[in-house]
Amino acid sequence: MSVALLVAVGGLTSVGLYLITARSLSRIILGFSLLGHAAVIALLTAGGPPGPAPIAGTGTESTANPVPQALALTAIVISFGLALFLLALAGRQHQLTGDDLVEDDLEDQRVANASAVDSEGTR
Amino acid sequence: MNALIAATIIAPLLGAALGLMARSSLLRDGATIAGLGTAAAAAIALLVRVADEGTYVVRVGGWGPELGIALVADLFAMLVLPVALVIILVVEIFAIGQRRTAWGANPELAGPLLCVLTTGVSLAILTGDLFTLFVAFELILVSSYVLLTHQGRRGQIRAGMTYVVMNLLSSTLFLLGLAFVYAATGTVNMALLAERIPNLPSGVHLGIGAWFFIVFGTKAAIFPLFSWLPDSYPTAPTTITAVFAGLLTKIGIYAMIRFHTITGMDELGSVMLIIAGATMIIGALGALAQSNVKRILSFHIISQIGYMLMGLGLFSAAGTTGAILFLIHHMPVKTVLFLVGGLIENDQGTSSLDRSGGLAARRPLIAVFFAIPALSLAGLPPFSGFVAKFAVISAGISSGATLIVIVALLAGALTLLSMTKIWIGVFWGTPPDATQANAPGNRTIMLAATGLAVTGTLAISLFAGTLFELSERAADDLRSSAYVEAVTK
Repeated sequence: MSVALLVAVGGLTSVGLYLITARSLSRIILGFSLLGHAAVIALLTAGGPPGPAPIAGTGTESTANPVPQALALTAIVISFGLALFLLALAGRQHQLTGDDLVEDDLEDQRVANASAVDSEGTR
Repeated sequence: MNALIAATIIAPLLGAALGLMARSSLLRDGATIAGLGTAAAAAIALLVRVADEGTYVVRVGGWGPELGIALVADLFAMLVLPVALVIILVVEIFAIGQRRTAWGANPELAGPLLCVLTTGVSLAILTGDLFTLFVAFELILVSSYVLLTHQGRRGQIRAGMTYVVMNLLSSTLFLLGLAFVYAATGTVNMALLAERIPNLPSGVHLGIGAWFFIVFGTKAAIFPLFSWLPDSYPTAPTTITAVFAGLLTKIGIYAMIRFHTITGMDELGSVMLIIAGATMIIGALGALAQSNVKRILSFHIISQIGYMLMGLGLFSAAGTTGAILFLIHHMPVKTVLFLVGGLIENDQGTSSLDRSGGLAARRPLIAVFFAIPALSLAGLPPFSGFVAKFAVISAGISSGATLIVIVALLAGALTLLSMTKIWIGVFWGTPPDATQANAPGNRTIMLAATGLAVTGTLAISLFAGTLFELSERAADDLRSSAYVEAVTK
């Protein structure tokens, strides 16, 4: 197992997670792309040592394990589609509000309003 | 059997394709209803066959369990699948009645997308390997993202963002978890995992269990991973929320019951019970603090997930039986409550408790349709909720988990309290002045669909004995090696 790949997985995951905590959706999309790459590399690493292309009838032993590659391909397609959907969502948000920030949920707003009322009451 | 299993997955997808191509709304409805109806009928036929003949396995393309995708129709899958598919069919009928109102979903998209979601549900329930489960989850989630946000209203986009980001994060964790599992065991087939995971070093074993507990737990909205749910569900059109409420979190808990039971994650039991207790209480308390029918019901989804998690966390035959029974009871009941929420919205022009009232006098039928599933949700006899809750709680008592039993009973009382709150706010009191819905839609279809679903929940309590026996057999199959043998033979 190559150390370089492991470092890549770790680096991509940490940067990806950091970006996801951002408020703006465009950063979140970037974060998810990086996390997706981390997962795909992790899948490839899980497949064991590298080897010649796994094509039947080539007569070579110890070919690379094809199963994780198939899994990784599927995952790439899915994350590509989802990145597009997130972009569309960000676009719509931009249309509606002029920015692409994730807004507070209703519960947060209610709690914030309630504490504002409370502090006025004690004053 | 092969054809029946294929039908549950392919028929809805065909319905979606034809529905998207159709030019007139009549053709579109025909295509979606035909697709969903075929799948539901096939699932019911499968239940009868599997209950008689035992687990049936389809190896897609003839590949063995090491390489190929196995679709496993065991009793657990077959108990959940027909309920799920019939629910979606009923909701689609309701949606046809509701579409000309302000709360209806856009018909060009909602029907076909619901069909795609159904394909994902069938696949998630039937699949025998973790990677196909991941793909099925994605299929469900992608259609749910679009269903939630397709009208592009401001509230929907706001709530949709949280929903999409949370679920996408848990999907990514799922993928990373798959990599770990593959590195540790060299397979993603669940039957092979059931053989190999218990032999791993205990740290790796627990790590995999905990990782997937978080992954499935986010989908199932357990404490403390539920925050995305009560904010996003109420913003979607009622029929969409009804399907989400009845199915999506339940698919998460279904996957958890299957994965954690067959891989023998008993050591996680105590953690699961603690989280189950917190989920029940926080969900029920959250519901009490709300003043909108749909938001109250959304918090109850969370609370009820706690009971299923409790059944699973006991890791006993009775506990798993209880969890399965609770799952079967909960899906239709929750859906019906949201459909009634839709009827209320339609009639009053709002689902806010403060701005409605007096519905019991004006629409007694809606009141009856609400009362039956509401009492069932609170777990009062003779309704289905009582049977399910009784199964889970008696399993808790026989395992000696007294604390969680007390918490479960307390949460039941809180549930009843918030149902009373809806009842007082919506059905009693004086009607608000002049808040009629602008376009009433086709009330007959909507009432008929809701009535059908209410009858379904009553049927569950009527056939509780049979269902209990079947759940017991399903739990035995999961806990014994029956599942593994059926897939690997």
